[in-house]
Order: sequence, then C-alpha cells, then structure tokens
Amino acid sequence: MINLMILLPFFFAVLIPFLHRLFNNKLHIGWFILFMPAAIFTFLLQYIPITQAGDTWTSEMKWLPSFGFNFTAYVDGLSLLFGLLITGVGTLVILYSIFYMSRQREELHNFYVYLMLFMGAMLGVVFSDNVVVLYVFWELTSISSFLLIAYWYQRRKSRDGAQKSMLITIFGGLSMLAGLLLLSVITDTYSIREMITQVDSLQEHILFLPAMILILLGAFTKSAQFPFSLWLPDAMEAPTPISAYLHSATMVKAGIYLVARLTPVFGGDAVWFWTVSLVGIVTLLYGSWNAVRQKDLKALLAYSTISQLGLIMSLLGLGSAAIYFGYGDESKVYAIAIMAAVFHLVNHSTFKGSLFMVVGIIDHETGTRNLQRLGGLMSLMPISFTITMIGSFSMAGLPPFNGFLSKEMFFTGVVNASGMNIFEMETLGMIFPVVAWAASVLTFVYCMILVFKTFAGEHKPEMLSKPAHEPPIGMLIPPALLAMLVVLIFFFPNILAKYILDPAFISILPDYAAQGGLGKEISAWHGFNTELLMTIGVVLFGLILYKLLPKWTKIFNWYPQSMTFNNIYISSVELLETVSDDLTKKYMTGYTRDYLAYIFAFFIFIVGGSLWLFDGFTFDMSNNSPVSIYEAVMVIGMIIAALIALFSQHRLTSIIAVGALGYLVSILFVIFQAPDLALTQLVVETVTVALFLLCFYHLPEFRKEVSKVRFKFTNMLISAGVGLTVTLLALSANGTRLFETISGYFENSYALAGAKNIVNATLVDFRGLDTMIEVAVLCIAGLAVFTLIKVNVTGRGKK
Amino acid sequence: MKPNDILLAAVTKIAVLIILTFSIDLFFSGHHNPGGGFIGGLGIASSLVLMYLTFGTEAVNKLIPVDFKTVAAIGVLIAVLTGAGSFLFDAPFLSQTYGYFELPILGKTELATALIFDTGVALAVIGSAVTIILSISEDR
Repeated sequence: MINLMILLPFFFAVLIPFLHRLFNNKLHIGWFILFMPAAIFTFLLQYIPITQAGDTWTSEMKWLPSFGFNFTAYVDGLSLLFGLLITGVGTLVILYSIFYMSRQREELHNFYVYLMLFMGAMLGVVFSDNVVVLYVFWELTSISSFLLIAYWYQRRKSRDGAQKSMLITIFGGLSMLAGLLLLSVITDTYSIREMITQVDSLQEHILFLPAMILILLGAFTKSAQFPFSLWLPDAMEAPTPISAYLHSATMVKAGIYLVARLTPVFGGDAVWFWTVSLVGIVTLLYGSWNAVRQKDLKALLAYSTISQLGLIMSLLGLGSAAIYFGYGDESKVYAIAIMAAVFHLVNHSTFKGSLFMVVGIIDHETGTRNLQRLGGLMSLMPISFTITMIGSFSMAGLPPFNGFLSKEMFFTGVVNASGMNIFEMETLGMIFPVVAWAASVLTFVYCMILVFKTFAGEHKPEMLSKPAHEPPIGMLIPPALLAMLVVLIFFFPNILAKYILDPAFISILPDYAAQGGLGKEISAWHGFNTELLMTIGVVLFGLILYKLLPKWTKIFNWYPQSMTFNNIYISSVELLETVSDDLTKKYMTGYTRDYLAYIFAFFIFIVGGSLWLFDGFTFDMSNNSPVSIYEAVMVIGMIIAALIALFSQHRLTSIIAVGALGYLVSILFVIFQAPDLALTQLVVETVTVALFLLCFYHLPEFRKEVSKVRFKFTNMLISAGVGLTVTLLALSANGTRLFETISGYFENSYALAGAKNIVNATLVDFRGLDTMIEVAVLCIAGLAVFTLIKVNVTGRGKK
Repeated sequence: MKPNDILLAAVTKIAVLIILTFSIDLFFSGHHNPGGGFIGGLGIASSLVLMYLTFGTEAVNKLIPVDFKTVAAIGVLIAVLTGAGSFLFDAPFLSQTYGYFELPILGKTELATALIFDTGVALAVIGSAVTIILSISEDR
C-alpha cells in the first residue's frame, strides 16, 4: 500500500498533460494536484504510532526478483520524518505555486509534471531499502531538478545553472552507485537493513574505505557541501516555489538523509567522523561568509542554505562518535549532536521554506530581489515583514523561535565533541566550537541584512518596476503556516521530539532503541552555561558587525575572482568541450564507409581476438544433420545474389539482388521450420525495399569510383576478416556446450504462459522486459529520423 | 509525393484490404500460431506505406488524420503501463497472466494480458515504421 502511495505522484505526472488540456482555460491545474501530497501526508501520519513505539514497517513489491531488485518500502523514524517533510512542505509549495505561477503565461503542465516526478522520486529515495532502487530514485531527483532549474529555458542563465547542477550531482550520483555496489559486494545483499546487521565484519574489509569515500561524494554533491556547493547558487534560476521546495527543504537534504541512513554502517570510524564533520563545518563557514556579501535575496538564501546544510552535516559527523562507545553515559554527550541534527533539519525546513516563499512574494510584488533597490517595505507589506522577521530571527538563533533551540543544541554538540578523547580530538577538537561560533556570528549578520535591508530604511519606489503591495492571501498562507510552526515548535518542542525526532534519532543510532531515544527533554532555559554565553556573544558581535557593515565588506573585493571554484568549473567544462570537439572531428568524417570500417574492424578485434585469445575455436560436425538439396540450392542462390549486388553496374539491379537475398533467407527459415522468423523477415524485407526505393530519389548518379589500391586492399582485408570471424564463430558455437541447454524451459510455454507459440510467449512474457526496451528504442529511433530530416538545420553546424 | 498510376491504384485498393486482414489475423493469432505484435504491426505498417506510395501523402493524411509519432509514443506507453500494472496485483514487473472466458458468439475464449502488451508493441512498430518512411519520403 505504501509503495503505491510513493508511486502516486508518478501517476499524476502522467495525468497532468490531459488535465491541463481539459481545464487550463477555466482553472489553475494546481488545484487538482494540491490534495495529492496532502493525502499522502495524512496517510503517512498513521505510521507515527508504529515508529514511536520503536517498530518499523516494511512492504515489499516485487520488481525484478530474479536479480534481487525489489521495491521494498521501509518505514522507520528517519524515513517517516523525511516523508512528512516532503509531502507537508510539498502541499504548501503547491498551494503557493498556484498563486505564483500565472495560468495564462506559464507552461503549467511542464512545471507540475516535473514537480510530480520530483516528489515521487524523493519519496522513493527516503523509503527505499534496496540500494539499487534508491539509486534510481536518487538520479531521478537530479533529473527533475535539472528540468525545474531549466524551466525558463529561454534564459541562458537557467540553462547554464541547470547544466551545472546536473553535471555535479550526476557525477556524485554515479560515484555513489559505485560505492553502494561495493557495499553490496562486501555484504552480499542489496538491502540497507541487512547491511546494518553485518556491521561488525564490515569495517575490516579492504573495500570499506573506498565504498565510504564514494558514497560520501554522492552525499556531498547532492547536499551542496564545500567544494561541490557551487551548483546551488546557480540553481536559484528556478521559479521560487522550486527553490523553496527542492533547493532548501527536500532535495538538498537527500545527501544528509544518506549520511544519516548509513551512519549505523560507517559510524564509529575515524575517517567517517573526520570527513563528515570537517566538510560540514567548512561548508558552514564558507556558506555564511559568502551569504553576507550577496546583493540578491535569493543568492543570499542559497548561501545560507549551503551553510545550514553544512551545520547539519557536521553534527551528523560529530555525533557518529557515539557509535564508537555504544550505549552509555559516555556516548550520550556525543549522541546529542545527532539529536541536534535531526531537530535542526526540521527547523531549517520550516524557517527556510517560509523565507524563500516571502522572497518570492517580494520578487513577485515589487519586481526585484536586489537589496540595493529594496528597502522600507515594512509599512507596505506588514504581513510579509512579520513572516520574514520570524524566519530570520529563527535562523539567527534567537528566542522565542525554534532556531534558538536547535542552535543551542548545536553548540552543546560541538562543545561536547571538543572534549572527546578519541580520533585525536584532544589536539584538534577546539576547531569545532571556534568555527561554529564564528559562522554563527556571520549567520546573525546576514539574517539582519535579510530583514532590515529589505523592510527598514528608505523606500525607493522609483527603483521598483511595480508598486509594492501585499500579495493575494493564498500566497501568504503557506509561509504564514510555516512561520507559525517556527513559533509553535519553540514552545512545544517535546511533542515534536516524542513523536518525530526520537524515532528518527533511534534509526540513526540503533544502540539507543531499547531506551526509546536520548531520554532528554528539550528546554529553552538551562541555566547560564557555555552555550548561552556563546549565543549572547553571537548577538553582541553580530550587532557590532552589522552596524559596521559598510566598513569591512570591502575585504570581499580582495578575494581573487579567478581562483574561485566556479571559475575552475567553467574552465574545465570549456576544456572538456574543446577536447571532445577536436577528438570527434578527427574520426567523424561524414562518410558511412569510414564508420562501417570502424565498426567492422572493432568487431574483428574484439570477437576474433577473444576467440583467438581464449582458444575458443572448436570444430565438431558429429551432431549435424545432413544438408538437404533445398538448403544447398538456397545457399547457392544467396551467394549468387550477394555477388550480383556487389558487382552490378546499376543501382536498381543491386537493390533487387539485395531483396532477393533477403527473401531467400526467409525461405531458408521456412525450411528450418521457423515460421515466425520467416514471416518477419519477409515483411521486413518488403519494407526495406520500399525504403530503398524512397532513398533512390536522393542518391547521386551511380558511378564507378576510382579509388586507390591501398583503400581497396584495406576494405578487402576487413570484409574477409569479418567473414572469417563470423564463420569461425558459428562453427565454434555449434561445437561448444558451456551450459545446460535452456530450451526445455521455453518448451513449457503452454503451461507457463498459456501460449502455444513459443516465440511469441518468449517475446511478450519470458523476455518481456527486452521487448519493452526494444520497443522504446524503436520509437526513439523513429523520432530521431524524424528530427534529423524534418528539423531544418541549414545555417547551423556549418562553421 | 503525388503519383498517378491507375494500375497501381486499382491493385492497391484490393491489396491493402488483404494485407490489413492478414496482418490483423497475424496479430491476434500470435498467442498460439505464428504471428504476434511485431509482425502484425509491421504488416499494417507496410499496407499503410503502400497506400502512401499509391495515393500520395496528402490524400492518405486526409483519410487517416493520425500523427504516427503519437501512435509510437502511445504504444510504448501501453507496453510500459502493462508492465507497471502488475504492481497493482502484487506481482513482479511485467508479469503476464491469462484466463478462459465464455464470451457471446466466440464461445470459450482465452484472454491474455500479453495481448495488451502486444498491442503496445504493434502500435510502437506501426508508428515508428511509418514515421521513418514518411520522413524520408517527404524530404525534398
């Protein structure tokens, strides 16, 4: 049942084009889609009692059982938390998009199809237990993100941003696939749950470290960790609902999900600990440092997202040390970092989601997101101002908002971690509290910029393309709801903790399952301790830095522009393009005969080579049936037809000879009692001749080409080689039996598939997957021919 | 193209009928006898090509106002959806089943889900083949 719920968005994706055609003139199709994530959200709520009791739920749907690939939905605290986030924020985003995306001007069906693809894929990622299925959904989120960033594909910047995100996240995805496959090689299973049960024997394995690094590459690219973070700011070219949904609340958290999900497998290892924590903390500092200098509101939010993701990542890294100690008082102080990570994950989705939506509102209603043009909107857009204030103050870590609680927990986590006595933390541990504190000061500064540069100060109506005013109420509801959550979570954090956070915590640290969680109440006030002093310091220093902003921001100008990772990316993409262009020009001559020569030479090399290398040639005629007179006549006829086709002086004669050859082959099939093959061959031959006749018109006049001897000699060598290889191969295939024959299985076609025709039963049933893919290939080939011929390419491709 | 060959036209009118009948028979008999979606589809495609050759693109397009690219796409979609349909019955992807039913006129008949899949195959073959040949023939 839950599997079908996950697939529901995909069904909707198929329906949307039809809905759009029918209803777009009357109604925004977002209304049709709105209830769907809401329904999944409600459906998922019923699992809360299960996970809260510490249980899990699995439901298996067989997909390709013979390969061990099954779509197993696995519900535990962690996946449920993500599932609720995806569908909950998804509902709000769709409601918001109904007012943001114009029905008249935008291609809504594209937008919602991509969005549904994404939602389904993301649900698939978090609920899959099978690593291969997880990977498929993972890449699908990258692809739908690519499509959504390039939604306004007329803009060059959108296309570039989409390409950048695609290149980086797919690169990470592929390396993650390699890592996951290595893991499944070590553990001999595709199931994450079963991998976790084998964790004791895992860490000694030689492939453990490569698998870990490869998987982390996937997680870091997806979650925009430094230095892979450079795709996220460019992803802001997407429509704002998408930025709010994919690029802050859900998709970029997939990497965090993966790290959390695999913490029971890798946690307790020093390399994992250091890589995840260090990359996270560097990203935190890098993101908040860059956010301060941004002039575009969305870019500011993008960098702040990078920094917050780094924060969660570093907490997961630091907390993984708890696994080293198992369950106990000693590990409890470190486990608090994991709790902080889970808590901040939820909080970040609420406040960042609302902030993105408000920025979208500002952009929508004033026509700009540039901080230099905005200002003084407080009286004009009071509701938006309130929501922004709640969101930013929460992000800055101020009470009474939920960000304060998780920020305090974050400080507790890093302070506790700095006191560790393993993994050489005695000497290096102080890095974490210091960097965390510095980054928090910067976070405070950009939060203040976000609120006061936009809403306070002088209003400059002449700089805005539209007079500023509040948006329609439907656009305000989603961010207002999120802002309400921000406040509610502050006052009642333990309700959230009990039902959602603790079960997720247990999924990351299974050692705590028996105790039902960390067993610690979240409270806003816990005395004058280090954390509170750190927060007070953040506020004081932050205020000073914000006041002195014009004085010290000049140092950003000193930063060498050519040394940024973005420039390295751009130049490497350019290099890749020129090199592959040169390489392609070298062998793509435009002559079919050259391509045929490549293909056949390669064929001789690979097939003939391996035949020779493995000494595969055998010659065994003992089981052959005698050659009948019909067969001999047919073969002689075929040889004659082939020779005529080769040496004839007229093109028409050649075509007829080739047709004759084909018909003779089909008669040979009849003699060998293969009516299906014979029929197919006949029809194919007929259609091919028709095709030849059509092409006739386009061909230049037939003339004997005078070519060099060397050229002819090479061709002769290749054709003789192919002939020899195929003959040897056929003879060897006849004389060798490596396996038991499998034809017995197919002979049961009537019992197995209710069909007396073995060939057809094989095509549609036994090997149905092959047929399905072949049909898809055929369709794509047809479309390719159509595109090549119909799309006018004059004026292009000629340099 | 706008050919004008009376002999060809006269033959085609009858031949197309025969080819179509034969192809449809091939398509349905595929379960137990030689035939099936691929051959049936190819046969129908060849009859269509014959009509295009004889009467010209415009005349046939007026008679059959179908975009064959869409036909191909619908075929692939049917094939994939029958595969995914197995999930509804908690069976592996692309599971096929069959049963015997008492139908009016036909009597006891075997109906197989493979036939739906085969329909997808046939449509994809028709669509792709006609698209390719039409694209090449219309290129002037």
